[in-house]
Amino acid sequence: MPVRQLLAGGVAPRPMGGGAEKFRVPGLLIGFVAVAVATSAGVLIGPADIDRTDALKELLDRLPFISVDSGLSPIQKNIIWEVRLPRVALGALVGGTLALSGASYQAVFRNPLADPYLLGAAAGAGLGATVAIVTGSGDGVGTFDLVPLLAFVGALIAVALTYLLGYSSGTQRSPAALLLAGVAVASFLTAIQTFIQQQNVETIRQVYSWILGRLNTASWDEVSLLAPYAFASGLLILVYRRVLDVMRLGDLEASSLGIRPQLVRLVVICAASLGTAAAVAVSGLIAFVGIIVPHTVRLVAGASNRVVLPLSILFGAAFLVFVDLLGRSLASPAEIPIGVITAFCGAPFFVIVLRSSKRTLG
Amino acid sequence: MKKIISIICGLMILAACGDSDSTSLSTNSVTLEPTVSVETETEMPAQDQETAEPDESEVVQPSIDYPTAIVSLSPTATEMLFAIGAGEQVVAVDNYSYWPPQAPVVDDLSGWNPNVEAIASFEPDLVILSDTGVQEELELLGIRVYVAAAAVELEDVYSQLGEIGDITGNSQGSSMVVAQMREQIEEILDAIQMPSDSLTYFHELDDTLYSVTSSTFIGQIYTMTGLKNIADPADEDGTAWGYPQLSEEFILEADPDIIFFADATCCAQSVATISARPGWSELSAVRNGNVFEMDSDISSRWGPRLIDFLETVADAVATVNAR
Repeated sequence: MPVRQLLAGGVAPRPMGGGAEKFRVPGLLIGFVAVAVATSAGVLIGPADIDRTDALKELLDRLPFISVDSGLSPIQKNIIWEVRLPRVALGALVGGTLALSGASYQAVFRNPLADPYLLGAAAGAGLGATVAIVTGSGDGVGTFDLVPLLAFVGALIAVALTYLLGYSSGTQRSPAALLLAGVAVASFLTAIQTFIQQQNVETIRQVYSWILGRLNTASWDEVSLLAPYAFASGLLILVYRRVLDVMRLGDLEASSLGIRPQLVRLVVICAASLGTAAAVAVSGLIAFVGIIVPHTVRLVAGASNRVVLPLSILFGAAFLVFVDLLGRSLASPAEIPIGVITAFCGAPFFVIVLRSSKRTLG
Repeated sequence: MKKIISIICGLMILAACGDSDSTSLSTNSVTLEPTVSVETETEMPAQDQETAEPDESEVVQPSIDYPTAIVSLSPTATEMLFAIGAGEQVVAVDNYSYWPPQAPVVDDLSGWNPNVEAIASFEPDLVILSDTGVQEELELLGIRVYVAAAAVELEDVYSQLGEIGDITGNSQGSSMVVAQMREQIEEILDAIQMPSDSLTYFHELDDTLYSVTSSTFIGQIYTMTGLKNIADPADEDGTAWGYPQLSEEFILEADPDIIFFADATCCAQSVATISARPGWSELSAVRNGNVFEMDSDISSRWGPRLIDFLETVADAVATVNAR
């Protein structure tokens, strides 16, 4: 069976969970509704006391051909347009990207514990950000922010290093070699990062707030920085969703069907890593989204990647926007770092889904 | 699991690095017992000891070994030592004791991650720490330790200055510094003309919007000037130890009259970068030009340079009033 045909969707292989397809339409619908509900709540609710109908009017006012006077003050308008909206948009992009990357890694490595930071992206980004924070202090670099750039570069270098290491181990061609290389690279880079950080304790607060995730100061700049990478990586992975289903049968079987597993793995890993690197660069490390969301989707909607990948994007986006809403509401007007809430809410929620589902992970 | 642990660790460190908190002043114990005892060989007949008791100070003072090789691992203590005239006795200070310039900074000497061997290599007879971290280890080596814990309120500054003066033999110097500080602080506070409707302020610790509440040491000093802190509702129960991270929209809504930013050094912030933040242009502090830089060292230490901090605040209030 030629890959081209698979990519075009001409054949729909059903390797497992034959009932998966019927979940698809309502699944997508529920996903879109979840995103819509979470984003509306994210824009309308917040520590600043802004009347919800006025906020809605303000949003409508910007639509073409509609003119409503919201009666909001300039500061309140800024809160809606420059604080809440970019924050919700960034949360959705980051959540969707991380959940999709996690789902893709789990698919290509056939390992339920794979998360977006598995190949060292987090450690690389952490090192890049720490270097930027430590050296960027002092005379500053104008309006150009080095932190996301170096974090992005660091994440990509880390993943590239992992890939080189994993595949230079010669005859070892199993994905396990790659995972182990990821662990080694991550520990190595984290060690360097910790060392640099200990040498510059005056910046430790900044490094830690970066590591704990920072949607608090989200702006449109960050959204526009992440968006191209998020969409590119998302599209690329979704194109391969059927091929990934075939690969679930194993490399040998996939090869006999005309698929080159090594190549598919490389493309999907590159795409997922690109998305993860960009997400980490603008938002810091946000734990659990990449594991919890895809597995929850799998438990509810079946294991087929054709279903899991798109749904992971939607529920990842909705989950992170919702969690971020909690982060700024629970201790309002103080913030709770988002990384803490994702872990705190994500883990128990996952256990509930795990216990109530009859499906198996995989 | 690893991630949860690292997050928890991160939180704890974040909390612990809230410049001046956690360790309460009760740990401010002076541990002088072993070496600062009255020398026993002084030929003093037993019956005389009773009559000598009333003027104990006269008898005891000359026989105490005042330290001559002090190592300070607390930038605030370093400032205090030099201010009270104990500078000559200091042999080494940690790598963040930037002030005063003549302090003998040792680049590898860390107060954050103290290394007992490195400290001992200076053969100190007194080590000043900012927490009890390596106190026990140093004492096992027979080195006298004084813990200069972060001040909780202004009076703690004075008592710490007094104690450091007493153990280093500079009581006179320290009482002079204390008297001078009291006087200068009173003068500065008297000169501040707070409008009838108190001005509000936001103190920015870093560019992720961490701030201080009025319960912190520096927050109390702000309160003395009559300024009102916008961050107080963010940590009413004290769970953030007085150092909450504020929501950006909350700061915009609170619209403070003055913004003091202490993150010029750490995070390359300036009046220009703060004014250029999305949505901040409409803030009255930005529109009226009431965004002031605050030296992060001065505003996170509780030493004699508190006067400089108060002067910056007083100047800011005067500038705002003049506009």
